[in-house]
Amino acid sequence: MEVTRQPLGPPGDPSRAAINTHTARQMLRGGEVLGANPGMHPGMTDEELERYVHERVLTTTLDKAVAWARSNSFFPLTFGLACCAMEFMHTAAARMDIARFGFEAVRASPRQADLIVLSGRVSIKMAPIIRRLYDQMLEPKWAIAMGACCSSQGVFNNYAIVPADKFMPIDVHVPGCPPRPEALMHGVLRLRDLVQQREQPGWRERYGAIGTEEVIPTADSGPSLGTGHRDG
Amino acid sequence: MSTTSDYRKGEDSIELTSVAQQLSEQAEDWGGGRDSQELLTLNLGPHHPATHGVLRLVVTLQGEVVREVKPIIGYVHTGIEKTAEDKAYWKVIPVVERMDYLSYYFNSMAYCGAVETLLEVDVPKRAQYLRVIHLELNRIASHLLWLGTGVLDIGAITPFFYCLRERDRILDLFEQSSGQRMHTRYFQVGGVMEDIPRGWEAKLREFLKVMPPAADQYGKLVSANEIVLQRLRNTCAVDAQTLLSLGVTGPLLRAAGTPWDLRKATPYSSYDDFDFKIPVGTVGDNYDRFAVRLAEIYESVKIIEQAIDGLPEGPHITTDRKVALPPRHELATSMEALIHHFKLVTEGFRVPPGEVYFPIESARGELGCFVRSDGSSKPARVHMRDPSFVNLQALEAMGEGAYLADLIAAVAMLDPILGGIDR
Repeated sequence: MEVTRQPLGPPGDPSRAAINTHTARQMLRGGEVLGANPGMHPGMTDEELERYVHERVLTTTLDKAVAWARSNSFFPLTFGLACCAMEFMHTAAARMDIARFGFEAVRASPRQADLIVLSGRVSIKMAPIIRRLYDQMLEPKWAIAMGACCSSQGVFNNYAIVPADKFMPIDVHVPGCPPRPEALMHGVLRLRDLVQQREQPGWRERYGAIGTEEVIPTADSGPSLGTGHRDG
Repeated sequence: MSTTSDYRKGEDSIELTSVAQQLSEQAEDWGGGRDSQELLTLNLGPHHPATHGVLRLVVTLQGEVVREVKPIIGYVHTGIEKTAEDKAYWKVIPVVERMDYLSYYFNSMAYCGAVETLLEVDVPKRAQYLRVIHLELNRIASHLLWLGTGVLDIGAITPFFYCLRERDRILDLFEQSSGQRMHTRYFQVGGVMEDIPRGWEAKLREFLKVMPPAADQYGKLVSANEIVLQRLRNTCAVDAQTLLSLGVTGPLLRAAGTPWDLRKATPYSSYDDFDFKIPVGTVGDNYDRFAVRLAEIYESVKIIEQAIDGLPEGPHITTDRKVALPPRHELATSMEALIHHFKLVTEGFRVPPGEVYFPIESARGELGCFVRSDGSSKPARVHMRDPSFVNLQALEAMGEGAYLADLIAAVAMLDPILGGIDR
């Protein structure tokens, strides 16, 4: 079903939306609209109310419910590249038991999976295959880049390895070489928050870390440096 | 009434025998009959749940029987050997550790042994014993993961959870002695990084008490299962002569009855101090490969027990200040120590020119490290003879004439690690 969202009030009037919400809540409770003043607080017609409920209550609540369900039952793809795959297996095994978060239904086919965990180093020969696997997965889909290699090439800053962000969208990066199972679990929980659209401030926001932000190059500050830098 | 009778008449008119004959004649025309020579080429991988990583197999099938297997590798090529030429000798250790990611202690042992041979450095006895303990723990950890995922490939999921439970205990020991679960960089050129911490020995002894009964349980879990036995017994057998001509070493060769083990043949790191046996198989089928590896777990436990009982006192790393870092407390008092520390950290030690090949017995077979030095502080060439790469050549000999399902079991019992193959 195609859902188009339009603001109820005239565009550019944020106060109108708040008033409509208040009015609709009162009407849905079956009570009088308190302080209804035709001049300042225009009441809603039945059609308007119906549209309001459809757009504001039904779809958003349904979206939330679906996101809750999705984020608590990821179907990851059976996919291991290198070292990190061992820790990925340990995450599924007895001690960590990722089944507690509904993550354990590992699927062998990309058609049945909605999460790909890039566990290991991605070589140039493997990158197109991973991209094809990712394209074969059905929407909605997510990707976790596990470990340093597929996030930033890690210790192998050489010709053979390509970071995952170069060829596919990544939702969560899990640092480590390889990351502990606890770290991957934290990554999965952060992905859950992402899917549920829960606010999770990073450490910079949380601690008010001013002055440590990365400098984002602008158009006039010259071309940005590539990642091909290597030290002797 | 009339329609019913007509219908029944129509049904009677179908003669099943003639239909079957017609179908079989057609099938022979299409080439699908019993004596068909038509071959089917099937691609397995590189993303396939049963190929242990990103191995790609191009299999030619006649019906369900495998006629040809072509492994295609290179999907996790990391350029490790080239990267190693770009780093100082002691900075190469973490890079080579990441090749065969299930036997990181073996990788660093082979490399450190090669560099120590070039440098002619003596490793203290305590360091050699600590190395043996960690190497054998690593062998058990590697075999446990092989057992868990290997029988997972042929349909048994329960051993996976049990095996990884015990493997977690080993990784805890690694973490306690070095700070990392995997890729620990515990072995240094000239010894080990640090002495074992307090309480480590007690924890190790606790593990050694737990492991043999656990291995009993896992063995029974697999070998008392009729279905698994039928998948393993008398499938994909290869005789010792073929394996030797292919250069196969390790548990695969021992499963065919050849007791070749570098720990006995050319003892390194004081392996001749310990009393242990080499398990061998008889016919070299998949079951023997399973049984040999399971028996090796018990032997490794025996070696570790002897090593921890007879652990000598003394330094954990060579006292040669040109190779090993001076202790931290000396830096505050000794100018010479400060200079050594500065030289080692900034430039690294220089190695006299020459080349050396240092083979050890890894969990998968002969792991050799070739290092060529040109006298500078960076190696001119580092090459690893990885056992997985050579053992994979035997896959065609194993798979030919077997069913496709047995080929999956053969790959599982071959235990190739793609990180080591592609490097």
